[in-house]
Formats: sequence, structure tokens, C-alpha cells
Amino acid sequence: MSEAVSALDGVTFEGFAKVAETGLRGMITVRGDLASKEMMAAVKAATGAVLPAQRKVTSGDTGAVAWMSPDELLVVVDYDAANEAVATLTDALKGSHALVANVSDARAVFRLSGDSSRDVLAKLAPVDFSKDAFAAGDIRRSRIAQVPAAVWGNEDGSFEVICFRSVAQYVFDVLKVSAEVGGEVNHLG
Amino acid sequence: MLTLQCPYCGVWAEETELHAEGEAHLKRFGPDSDDADFESYLFMRENPKGVHLERWRHASGCGKFFHAARSTTTLEVFGTYSAQTLEPPQDIKDKISAKIPNWSWREFS
Amino acid sequence: MSTRLTTGGRLLNKAKQVTFSFNGKQFTGFEGDTLASALLANDQMMMGRSFKYHRPRGVVASGAEEPNALVNMGQGGKFEPNQRATTTELFDGLTCTSQNHWPSLEFDIGVANNYAARFLPAGFYYKTFMAPAAAWKHVFEPIVRHSAGLGKAPKDRDADRYEHFYAFFDVVVVGGGVAGLMAAKAAGQSGAKVLLMEQTAHWGGRAPVDGGKVDGVKVDDFIDATVAELEAMDNVTLRNRMMGAGVYDHGYILGYERLTDHAPMLDGPRHRLWRIRAKQIVTATGAIERPLSFAGNDIPGVMLASAMRDYIVNFGTSSGDRVVVVANNDDAYRTAFTLKNHGLEVPVILDSRPNGGGALAKAAREQGFRVENGKGIAKIKGGKRVTGVAICAQAGEGAVLEEIACDAVAMSGGWSPVVHLWSHCGGKLIWDEAQAHFRPDPDRAPTSHDGNAFVVTAGSASGPLKLDDVLVDGQKAGEAAAQAAGFAVTSADAPKGDVHDEAPLVPCWMMPQGAGPKLRMKAWLDYQNDVKVSDVRLAAQEGYESVEHTKRYTTLGMATDQGKLSNINGLAVLSDALNQPIPATGTTTFRPPYTPISMGAIAGEARDEVFQPLRRTTIHGWHEANGAFYEPVGHWRRPYCFPQGSESHADAVTREIRQTRDSVGLLDASTLGKIIVKGPDAGKFLNMMYTNMMSTLKPGKCRYGLMCNENGFLMDDGVVARIDEDTFLCHTTTGGAERIHGWMEDWLQCEWWDWQVYTANVTEQYAQIAVVGPNARKVIEKLGGEMDVSKEGLAFMEWKDGTIGDFDARAYRISFSGELSYEIAVPASQGRAFWDALLEAGAEFNIMPYGTEALHVMRAEKGFIMIGDETDGTVIPQDLNMQWAISKKKEDFLGKRAQLRDHMASEDRWKLAGFKTEDGSVIPDGAYIVDHGTNANGQRNTQGRVTSTYYSPTLDRGIAMGLIHGGMKRLGDVVEFNKVDGSTVKAKVVDPVFYDKDGEKQNV
Repeated sequence: MSEAVSALDGVTFEGFAKVAETGLRGMITVRGDLASKEMMAAVKAATGAVLPAQRKVTSGDTGAVAWMSPDELLVVVDYDAANEAVATLTDALKGSHALVANVSDARAVFRLSGDSSRDVLAKLAPVDFSKDAFAAGDIRRSRIAQVPAAVWGNEDGSFEVICFRSVAQYVFDVLKVSAEVGGEVNHLG
Repeated sequence: MLTLQCPYCGVWAEETELHAEGEAHLKRFGPDSDDADFESYLFMRENPKGVHLERWRHASGCGKFFHAARSTTTLEVFGTYSAQTLEPPQDIKDKISAKIPNWSWREFS
Repeated sequence: MSTRLTTGGRLLNKAKQVTFSFNGKQFTGFEGDTLASALLANDQMMMGRSFKYHRPRGVVASGAEEPNALVNMGQGGKFEPNQRATTTELFDGLTCTSQNHWPSLEFDIGVANNYAARFLPAGFYYKTFMAPAAAWKHVFEPIVRHSAGLGKAPKDRDADRYEHFYAFFDVVVVGGGVAGLMAAKAAGQSGAKVLLMEQTAHWGGRAPVDGGKVDGVKVDDFIDATVAELEAMDNVTLRNRMMGAGVYDHGYILGYERLTDHAPMLDGPRHRLWRIRAKQIVTATGAIERPLSFAGNDIPGVMLASAMRDYIVNFGTSSGDRVVVVANNDDAYRTAFTLKNHGLEVPVILDSRPNGGGALAKAAREQGFRVENGKGIAKIKGGKRVTGVAICAQAGEGAVLEEIACDAVAMSGGWSPVVHLWSHCGGKLIWDEAQAHFRPDPDRAPTSHDGNAFVVTAGSASGPLKLDDVLVDGQKAGEAAAQAAGFAVTSADAPKGDVHDEAPLVPCWMMPQGAGPKLRMKAWLDYQNDVKVSDVRLAAQEGYESVEHTKRYTTLGMATDQGKLSNINGLAVLSDALNQPIPATGTTTFRPPYTPISMGAIAGEARDEVFQPLRRTTIHGWHEANGAFYEPVGHWRRPYCFPQGSESHADAVTREIRQTRDSVGLLDASTLGKIIVKGPDAGKFLNMMYTNMMSTLKPGKCRYGLMCNENGFLMDDGVVARIDEDTFLCHTTTGGAERIHGWMEDWLQCEWWDWQVYTANVTEQYAQIAVVGPNARKVIEKLGGEMDVSKEGLAFMEWKDGTIGDFDARAYRISFSGELSYEIAVPASQGRAFWDALLEAGAEFNIMPYGTEALHVMRAEKGFIMIGDETDGTVIPQDLNMQWAISKKKEDFLGKRAQLRDHMASEDRWKLAGFKTEDGSVIPDGAYIVDHGTNANGQRNTQGRVTSTYYSPTLDRGIAMGLIHGGMKRLGDVVEFNKVDGSTVKAKVVDPVFYDKDGEKQNV
């Protein structure tokens, strides 16, 4: 297999918060009955994680699972493990009405870190990113400036911003503009 | 700018996350329908001053379509509800009645 | 003259002098000055000229309501017109010029309009420019153009940056005066998340200027202590230099934060627009003093009494040495005291009330002021500066009783609550007879999504003007807001302010009340737009009875200040002229923003490279490096062609087509939409989505399909591949991917929710490259891999998974060019590598990429339709002779019923045909096929139009497709297409397939 390259090849920017493209990530869209035993088993087999509640992310030994809508999950694993995870999920869901699709290459992921990360996000998305409204393990699908995106909170206080690959440069640029020194808001932290 | 609660993901979304999708509870008329029914399905729309039932989509969000019952004059939202229904749920109808006793909208009241 | 005093100036840092320039002259001021106070300190009372008559104008107010002192601020990329000197904080190096003057502020030619004022009454423009028609172009328009516009338009790009910020609070308090502070504190103590914003750099509002004590301590100290308390609360956010710009539906409020206007040398954004959602909003926006309408009330030196007080107390600046005070209320006496305390002369206080004032008036007499009850100003003496006043009886018609020399006049007509934010989203007003102002009606507040009130007013914004009442009202408002936001409040007693016995004001809408036309036409209502009492009366006389009509007819309140000073006085004059009570006249609509906000703040971060998202394929970098000329397709930017050296675009397209038809070319087709449709009912679902029968498609096969909307019109097309029994992959047009995915979801979620189908938009998962041309197979075979791409291994309209070279690929044998063609999808992360590998493998065949224009020409040569060219939202597949793609076996599909309607089935519809010009030329884009005769409008009748027209390098002539009455039945006819120059070009109706009619080339 030829070498796979992420959208922006790991670009970073350091302003009053740090923006870094995380590189390729295995991502699998799973649609189906989230309440079914088969789905629970499939997700467990692929990641070791339990099924997430509404707008939550759970993690297991080999991956994480994000709640995307009442009938959609995003399974996140290592990029190289994506095809295997697709096979595991497809196998576990055989016989149920479900859709499993590898979307690893259709996405770009940025990590936003630093004490003022929340202020950077609040410049771009119409979402309450204050600490009591959005915590580690939460995921929110919204827009970043003019494009759809999802944001989730990591345990270490950083955030992942996921967008479509074609707009990776745009999302990086707006994050950069928003994190530029001088633009500190000192509001949410 | 409105905020509506998406009944699918629970988010209170502002209008920039949403997409307006026109009138709710349209009954589709297909190949066997007569001209009058088909014309009404395609073109005839409510334009009320007051209670209105609408379709919205949480476009920059969970992607789900949903229904909203709203006043076009005060912008009060009586409730949002599932897209998988042919009529507004009773609790929303009750909520509207509490505010606007003799309301009606198409066949609902 | 106006000058700097040795006393006063509580906001100044006199240790820090700053220099600035006004109309090229250097001045100095202090840190803490506003531009207006610094100009006054330099005896620059005249700060601009009015819009219509170019009359000299001085500063009249000290805050956001200022109508006169507007300047062009800054230079180059920092230039901005119409900046209020009163709200501009002074900084070192500030540069500004006054507006509406030519050639100079002191000597202005446009002032001739002033002398013609008699001939420029209200509605002058409507009346004058009607006729003769030619006069508009040659006479009026050039004159109007020369004098139009307030200030100058910026010439350079804005050098600053801006941003938005989304924030969420339980309670937002607008206004940091004592009422706002009390409200924020009361709400904060309940535990609510509170934002308190203040438009200036200082807390406390007017209270420190007006003085007084709260719970026995000086109000200044009370303010400091309260701010300190608020700062200590974790749940309270304080922001100054932030204006509540507008209140909107469902608790949406805009905060306009000015970050570097006062210090442009700082890094960072200039303005930040806070897009806030609040459960409750408290508007503690204070009140604005009203001018009095007397002749000459616009002459520089006539100012609001409160403003004159502000300049002394806050900025240590006098507005004149000898000041006449004229008022209809007690508050203006405070200005007289302040003037005297700072060593300035007050020759007389003219109190228009027949019985005069209360405790303050009594105190004034005791202190030796001359107070004249029942008196007013007949007219102001002076031109560019007040030199004196002529005194008259308020009750009379203006007979002059006495003239008094002075160089400034402090006027007060009472106070109006700032109701703008309350009113923006539907809050209603009531007329308060006692205070002669409109104030918010607490029973008719704006309501939110839950039907409950979400705005409450506090302090003077509610109506009360006395310190004690303001404190109580502020606290009450904060408690009410917190409670409404769901927080428990333990009610406390508000601190006590000291109370004065004030006599009620007596409304004074015209001074003197019996002023005749001569005085009325010198009594200004709207300073900026030059609207006088006489104009409003004329409007009423001419039948403009609605206040909204009068506003537009006279331009009253339509200037950049939006009538903050003029509206109430204007509608009082209108009411008087119409002989009706003021509430019957009502107010004009208050619209956001409260004061103008910058275009940059509205745009936020969206400028330069992030003005709009640009979607890039994984091969974009190669296109960029290889000189692609782009065309925008949705948010994508696709290469139109790849010109080499000095080659023209047309030549590049020709070269790309010849190379592809003769050997092999590459197209980056990654942008095409790809949607997975999966489930037991997927076939049934696609049968509804497409006009074709998709359920019979065999796994491994591809089928071209058409999608119509319920109106029957063609909306998208593309190739559908059946992956397995349950799974299809649907290709859409580049611009259609998101729309068609949403369209599918709409039907699945809202109509057929019991069908078992899931969709996923996987457009960006793949880089898709079309390898096209007679040598395409050789190039792919050269790459190696396990996939058999031979004619038998992968037949036309089949697809297959496998490896090509090192790549996991899915190849589709489909052709949009008529050539042997493979569209190959690989994971996007390897797209660029795959592209490079194909270029290398194809080098011996002179492989080269082609752009969208070559794609378009090649498909037109083959007679293939293009969504957006052959379709425009009014075209059905039958119009395009595509009956072959419409299943007759299906009972139903989207659009089927509509296509059965009379008009859709009519033989008179224009239908697709090909066209060849007789002279081989290219028919112009958008050309119509002319017909005999003319229509009812005298326009030439038409019988069709061109939809695609190109120079075909393959045929070396112009080819076209178009819709024509009769369609293919017209084969052989010669018709005429119109041209831009009025002539026509003759073309023969032909078969639209110009190239390889039997499809042999694509099927090898």
C-alpha cells in the first residue's frame, strides 16, 4: 500500500492556544439501532468501549466511540486499524440492518490545547463551551465558522476538532486567526 | 434569530445551525392522484398569522429533520417534535390551546 | 471661548499629555480625554458642518447621542468616516478631519445652501427632481453626487482584524451606571451567570457628575465599592468599552466590544462582536437629555446642559466663559451650580416654567443666581459661535425683552429614557405625562421562545431619574431578571440615595410657544440632517400624518444618530401640528444597532483567505503547482484548464482534448458526490429517487440515472453502482453531493421512515481520477496490480475492487467523454500518490491532465447533457429526449406525477436537438432561436435557445445543443440564433451526438 498522507501533514500553530493537525485517524461511520445488543457487541468488539449516551464519547482499549445522532456512531481507531475495525463491525452486525463505512480519509482532525482553548472555539461556533456546559467526554456537532464540524473534549483539557478533509485548510486557518496573540478573550479559559 | 431544541440530539440550536424546510405534515400525492390534490400538494401552503407547524433540519448538527410548532407573530415555540409522525403530539396541541384557545391549522386544532 | 480649567477633570490623567491633529492642526490633550473634550479644551467648538445646509456645527452632547461632532478618523487602512468625537477616546497620534466642508471648515461654499434654505424645504428632493427628465442626468445628478454622503468613503483595505465571540449568560445587564451595577449585583448574588457591559471606559454612568450620596458615602466611592464587589464574584463578567448593539429574538443580544479604538498600537482585533444568548436581559441604558427648540439652537456654543456639566466634571473643560442656562426642569440647575463652582459665569437661568423650579431653584436664588421664571430664548445671536441670547416670554410670540451677551448656552428640555434595546424586539412604550417622555411599559415586554418576557429595564431607562429611585429600580430589575432566569433571590433593601425635592417639568416643545414661521424655520430638530420645526409642520400640512411618513419625507431621525436627540421633539411638533396628543402620534420604530457598528465587526473573521471556505481535493496541490486556471464549482475550485507557458486558455483546452482523444488524459474527478445507500429496502428507495429502475441493477454493474424533484424537473444525474445485494453507491454532480444526500435523508426521515435504508455521504473518502483515452488501459496495466482491466475483465458499465499498482482501488468503466475510460477511486490519503503514479506511468503516452472545460466540450461532442447547462430547473427529462432513462414499469418515482400534467406532456415544449452553424462559427452563450413576428411587448418571438455551445477541436467547428420547439422533428431545418450585435447566425438542426454515434470508442 502506498503511504497515506493527512490533509495538512501535521501542521501546527502556536498562538494563545495551540492548534495541531493530529494526522490520520481511523474513523468509521456506523448507522443502525443503537439500542440493539448487536450494536453493543459490535462496538465492544471493535474498540472495547461501551455505547456512548447522547452527545457523549466513550473509550476502550483500542478506540473511542462518539454519539453522532440517534442512529449514528463514529468509531475512532488507529488509522492502520481502520480496515480491520470495519471488518469486525460488519461481521458483528451481520444480519442486522446497519451501515458501516470507512471514512478515515474523508476527515481532518485538529487538537486544540492550552488554557484558553475554549475561548478559541467560542469565536467560531454558536455553542456554549463554558466548563459547566461542555466537559471532557462531551461531543458537539455544529459548525466552525462556515463549515460543519464536530468538537469533543479530551480528559487532559484539550479539544479535538473534526471536519471534512476538503476544508482542512480553512478550518486550520480560522482556528489560527482565532488563536492569534492579541485576541485573548480571557472569558471561558 | 430563533433557537429551537432539536428533539433528536437535545441541542438548543440557534438558527445558523438549522435549515428551514417548509411546511409540516404535507400529504404526498402520487401518480394516481387527481389534478386538484396534486396541485395542492405541490403548491398550496399555509401562511398563518399565528400558529404554524413547520419542518426544520438540524443541518450543521445531527442532520435530523424535525417538526416545530411556533407562533409566527410572537415567535413563541410551543414545542419541537419527531419528524416520524403525521400530526403534532397531544401535549404540544395542549400547549398551544393553553395560549391560543381556538387555534386551528389545516385539519388540526 | 472653551478652554481647559484648572479644576475638574476626574477622568483625566494630567500627567500624561498626548498630541493629536484635527484638520491638519496639531493639538494637545490629556490621557482620559475624549476627542470632543480635547477639541473643546483647545477652543475648537466648531467641529463640523451639517449635511444639507453646511451650517457650522459645534458639539452638543457628550456621548453616543451626539449628532454634530462627526469626524473622518485615521488614515489609509485605518480610515473611518462618521466617528463621533464624543465617544472617541483620545490617544497619542490621533489624526482626524471634520466632515461636510469644502474647501475648509471655516470657509465653506456649500453654506450657500443655507441661504437658499427657504427654497430647500422638506420634500425638496421629491418635488424638484421629478421633471424635466433630462435635468436629472445633466443638472441634478452631478450636483447631488458632489454633495452626497456623510464623510468620505475609505479608499484602502481595512488594516484591522475583527472577530465574533459566542457567549451564553443567564442575565445580561446593558449599561454600567448605578442602575446597571445594582442590577448586576442583585442578579450575581442569586448565583446567576451575569454579564455587565458598559459602552464607555468607565463605570457609574452619570452619577459621579450629578453627585449625591448613597448610604451616606459619596456616589463615586459607592461605585468603586460596587465594582470591586462585582469583580470578586466568579459568576459575574464585567466588560467595558462594550455596547449593547441590539436585542433580537429568543434572548439574542449583540455586544459590540471596542478593543483597540482607544489604543490602535495594541495587537489584536479592533472590534469583537459578542453574539450572546441570554435568558434575561436588563437594559440599564439610562436617559438622554432633550434639546429645546428655539431659533438658532444649532449655533456652536448651544449645548445640552448635562453635556456641559460632563465636560467640566469629567474632563476639566469649559464650553464658554459666560453661559446662559435655559430649561424646563430642575436638573439643569445642577449645570449652573457646576459652572459657578468652577469659576464660570452664569448671567441668567431662564426657566420656561411659569412658576419655576423646586429646591434646586430655591438654592440657586440663595446662591445669588438670577433666575427668570416663564422666560425663554427668542433667538440666539451669533454665527459660527454664540455671542448672546435674546430673551422673551415663553408664553408669547418672541418679542425680545432683553439681550444678554454670552458665549455658550446650556439647554435642557427634559430627559427621555433610552428605550432602544427594549423596543428592538417588540417592547412597547407608554407616554408618561408627568415626565413628558415615552417609557417602557413593563406589562408589554418583548417575549422569548417560551412566551415569557425576557427584557426588563432598570434605572433611568425605566423612567425614574432621581438617584434614590434609580438605585431601587436597578436592584429590583436585577432580582426580577435572576428570578425569571430560574434563580432564587433573597430580596434585600436597596441602598439609599439622597433625595431632592424636585419640581415637575413643564413640557416645552417650542420656545416661545407662539413662535411664528420666521423663528420656526431657525429652530432645529435634527441637527445632522438639518430638519427644522418648520419642516415637520410643512409635512403635516402636506398630509404626512403618520410619524413614519413624516420621518421619511423630512429625513427627521434618519441620520447616523438615528434621531436620539430629535425624535421626541419632532413627534411633539408633529402632534401639535396635527392637533392630537403625543401618544396618538407614537414613535418611529427603533431598530438595531443602537449606534452604528463597524462592517468589520459584522464580518468577523471572514476576510482574506478565510472569507469563504475553499474546498480542496487531495490533488489540489499538484494543480496549484502546475498552473491550473480555476473555475469555482460550489465551494470547490476545479481546474478549468492547465495552460502551458504563454498558451491561451482556448488553446490549452484544445490541446487537452486532442491529447485525450488521441492518447490519454487525466481528470481529477474527486469532487463528484458519492453516497452509500444501504439496506433491505435500498433498491425500492432508489426506484423512487431515480426515474430509472435501479432495483434490477446487478451487483458489479453501473447505471446512469436521473433524479427529478416532485415538480418533475431534472435536478441531478450520475452513475449508480450496485455494490452488493443491499448496497448501492450513488454518484452525484460536484455541486449536488450535500444537497442530494439531504434530499435522500428528507424522504427517508419524513416520508418512508418505515423503510430500512441508511445513507452515508462518503464523497471525500476517495480521490477519484478518470483515466481517459485510447491508451487508458495501457497506462493502468503498466502500473500493475491484481485488477484485470481488460475488455473482458472489466466491461463497459462495470465496476470492480482490486489493486492497481500499490493502491487499493475501485475502478468504474464509465465514460463521460466517449473514450475508453476508467474512473478509479482510491483512499483520499493516497490520492496524490496515485495521481503521481499515473502521470509517471503515462509519460510515454504524453499523458496530461485536462480540466473542466475539456470535460464539457468532450461531453458535448458526445451529446451528453450537463446539469446546469441543459437543465435550469424548468426542464424535464422528456425535454432532453431521455425517455430511455424513465422507467415505464414503475408505478411511482419522484416527479412521475408531475410529468403527467398537461403542460409537461405537451408537444409544444422546447426539446433538445443539436445545432451546427452554417459558417462553422460558435453560437454565442445564451442565444435564442428567433421566430417570426413579435410578442405583445414588441419583442421578437423565440422558438428555442442554446444550452451548450463550444468550439469542438475534434470537429474543428462550432457545435451546440439547445432546446427548440419541435425538437428532433426539426432535423434539417435551418434556424437563426440571435447575436449580441443584433444580427443572427444561421444553424442547421442536427443530431446532438456529434462524435462516435455508435459508441464504439468507449466500448473497446
